[in-house]
Parts: sequence; C-alpha cells; structure tokens
Amino acid sequence: MQDFSASFGLAFSLIISADADLIEIIGLSLRVSISAVLLAALIGFPLGALTAVIRFPGRQALAVLLNALMGLPPVVVGLLVYMVISRAGPLGWMNLLYSPAAMIIAQTILVTPIVAALTRQVVEDMHKEYDEQFRSLCLPTHRVITALIWDSRYSLLTVSLAGFGRAIAEVGAVIIVGGNIDHLTRVMTTAIALETSKGDLALALALGIILLVLALSVNAAVYGLRASARRLSYA
Amino acid sequence: MTKLTHINLCLGICLAFCSSVFAAESSIIVQSTTSTANSGLYDQLLPRFQRDTGITVHVVAVGTGQAIKNAKNCDGDVLLVHARAAEQKFVAEGYGVARHDVMYNDFVFVGPPADPAAIAGGHSALAALARIASTKSKFASRGDNSGTHKKEVALWKQAGIDPTSDSGGWYLETGSGMGATLNAAVGSGAYTMTDRATWISFKNRQDYQIVVEGDDKLFNQYGIILVNPQKCSNVKREPAQKFIDWVLSKKGQDAIAAYQLDGQQLFFPNGN
Repeated sequence: MQDFSASFGLAFSLIISADADLIEIIGLSLRVSISAVLLAALIGFPLGALTAVIRFPGRQALAVLLNALMGLPPVVVGLLVYMVISRAGPLGWMNLLYSPAAMIIAQTILVTPIVAALTRQVVEDMHKEYDEQFRSLCLPTHRVITALIWDSRYSLLTVSLAGFGRAIAEVGAVIIVGGNIDHLTRVMTTAIALETSKGDLALALALGIILLVLALSVNAAVYGLRASARRLSYA
Repeated sequence: MTKLTHINLCLGICLAFCSSVFAAESSIIVQSTTSTANSGLYDQLLPRFQRDTGITVHVVAVGTGQAIKNAKNCDGDVLLVHARAAEQKFVAEGYGVARHDVMYNDFVFVGPPADPAAIAGGHSALAALARIASTKSKFASRGDNSGTHKKEVALWKQAGIDPTSDSGGWYLETGSGMGATLNAAVGSGAYTMTDRATWISFKNRQDYQIVVEGDDKLFNQYGIILVNPQKCSNVKREPAQKFIDWVLSKKGQDAIAAYQLDGQQLFFPNGN
C-alpha cells in the first residue's frame, strides 16, 4: 500500500530544511508563472475590456473564441511554441528554447485567453451598470475602458489568480519548451513528473503538497493585499 | 497618469523577472535518453567534467526517438542515446559528425510474482515473448519510438509475433517514458522490458522482480554523437567535442564504471 503519511513527513522536512535545490525550483516556478500572469494581464485586461465595450462585427464570435481558448491543452501550446522557437523553427535564431523565457512565453499563451475571457465578462457586467452614466458624460471610449478596468480591479485580481492557478499547475507546456533541465528550467510540476517517472512516488507527492502550499500562500498574499487596499481606499 | 505608472511598474517587474534569462555562459545541451539521467549517472559525471573544463552541461532527458528528433532540429550540441541503427542513420544523413560507443548494460524483463506466463528464471527473450503472447499475459510497451521500444519491437519481430494486433487487449502501449511505463506495469500487473539501470534506480518496484535476463539479444549499447555544426551552425563545436572526448577518456570511462547504486554497477564503459 502507498504510504501517504510518508509524503507529508517528507514535504514537511523538505520545507523545514530549506533544501537549496527545492528553493531554486520554487523560485523558478514563481518567476515563470508570475511573469506569465503579468504579461497575460497586460494583454488580457485591455483585450477583454475592448471586447466587452466596443461594438464591432464578430464581437460575439471573438467572445466565444476567447471562452473556448480557456481550454487550450498545455501540451499543444508547448508543441506549438517548440515548433516556433526550435532552431529549425522561424524564431530559432532567438535562441529561446530550453530557457525560462520560453516557459514564460508558453504559459502566457495559456493564461491570456483565461484572463481576457473572464475580464470581458467582468467588464461587460460593470459596463451595463454604468452605461447611461458614461453616455451622459460623453466620455471617449478609451476613458470608459480605463475607468471600467480600474473600477473592476478587485475582480480582475481574482481573474489574475485564476490565470496564476493555471500557470503554476501546468506541466505539459513547460516540459516541452523548458526541457526540465536541472538548475536551469526545472520547475515544481516538471520535478513532480520526473520523480513520478523515477518511481519515487512519496517524494513526488511531497513536492505536490509543497506546490499546493505555494499556491495557497500566493492566494493568501493577494487576498491580504486586496483587503488592506480596500481598507485604505475607504479610510 | 496612475494607469501609466501601473503599466510601467508591471513592465519593470516583467523585465526584472525575464532579464537573467538571456545571460550567456559556457554551456552545452545534451539530448539524452532518460535512463542515463534518471539513474543518476549524470550527477556522477557532470560535476567532474565541469571541474575539469569549466563547461556546464544541460541535459534534456527524453526518449531516444525524441532526442534524435530534437537533435535533427538543431536543438542540442551532443546526442547520447541507445539505438545503434537509428544513430548510424542519423550520422549517415549528415546530422551527426561521428558515432562512438560509450558504454553498455542490458535489458531485462520484469514481472509480477504471480508470473502468469511462467517465464521467471528464463534466459531467452524470444521464448519469454512467445509465452507472454500465447498466454495473453499483459505486457506494457513503451510505444514511444524510444531506444527501448525499438529494441522491444525488434524482439517481437524476431519472435515472429505481431503484438499490436491485440493492442489495448493484453498488449498495452503506454506511449510514455520508461518510468511511467514501469508505473503502469506495476499498477496493472503487466510484464515489461526495461534497461537495467532504470530498473535498479526505480523506486516504485513494489513486489516486481526481474524474470528474464542474461540473453545476448538483450544487449544495450549507448552511443554518443556530436551534432553536425555544418548542418546546425549553432552547435558549440569546441565545448561539445570536449565533452565527448572527456566521456571517452580514461577519466570519463572510469567515472562511468565507478557509478554504483545499491551496490550494483549500472553502466559498463566500452568507449572507443
């Protein structure tokens, strides 16, 4: 029988001992996924808001497309990015393959549709509420969009967290474009895949537990940030 | 105005996160089979090589089929795999400069203690495969065009059996790495064929044991190839050649021979 308690013990002792390799892997996981989420937010917030506010032909089709792309399989994104940045690919000269940058690109592609689609919904709901007010003020569209994004900022924080959850948890894309290279591109999920393939299930699960704790910490930090920001703005 | 500051802040953070990515260093990429990486051999070799030469080696551990494919795409400087015919083809087609033997070990069949095909203790791979097929005992195949998979397919062919006719029945093609396939075999009570190094270093063996070993047909030769700089201008010829020379030198070969796990030698150097 599998020994689940061994995994918890192992996870605990790994955290307590602050294992140098583990710290490095955690650091890279956070660096890659947070970068990807920030880039996805830079693209996804305006894109989602534009689709929500501006009327143009094919707007609904774009909304459906964004929603569908939320289900992009990571392994397909990994494969596409690999084919583009491989030496034999069109962007091979940039020498990006097997680097954290490649992993950030892949995760950005994965996360952007999630951020854009959810932003579109959030901003559309907000827009319905304030539409008349905006009209009476005769505001130009870009002002309307920035105002809506700013007013939805707390919801958009949750949107970003949804994107972060996707990024930090995926393995299919980063293992192809990163190559799971020790001390270079190994992140939590690829390390878990590696230990599973070595048959060290206890260590794999221990790393899984640490990954969960990591996700929990990031979410708690954002929640705390949000709460104190709210207190400040109402003070 | 605040909006702009926020965007600048975001960009700043992004740049800070991305910046170290482009730092150049003296390093090479080795496209490798998984057994050499998962068994810990590189942890034994690479620090010594780095100490001797100052060159960092980045190992991408994938199946032999994928490693060759990646090398053909110029995504590596050195290829270290175990499928001689495919390696010779790689060189013949001009993708590689030259192929050298590095080391060998052997493949083994592992299976459950119940041994439904009654092959335990045997020394003939072909006889074992015939028994597995005739008793329709479960057999987990890599099914991923890796070196181990190519070997297995060749053995079935020699035995005159086409197991894929019952793929999904007793013949299970996992389409994944050796470790994942071992996990699948152990989990479903299937036999499978693995290189000995992966087996010895594999932790989830449960009650599985080696059932067939010691057949000359199960010989497993590893080879090393410099990716052709004339085909791939990005290949770092000098450090890559240094790595190959080092692995084939007495120092490298001795380090391979000295690597043991559970008191067993995993790889036997025969570099030339």
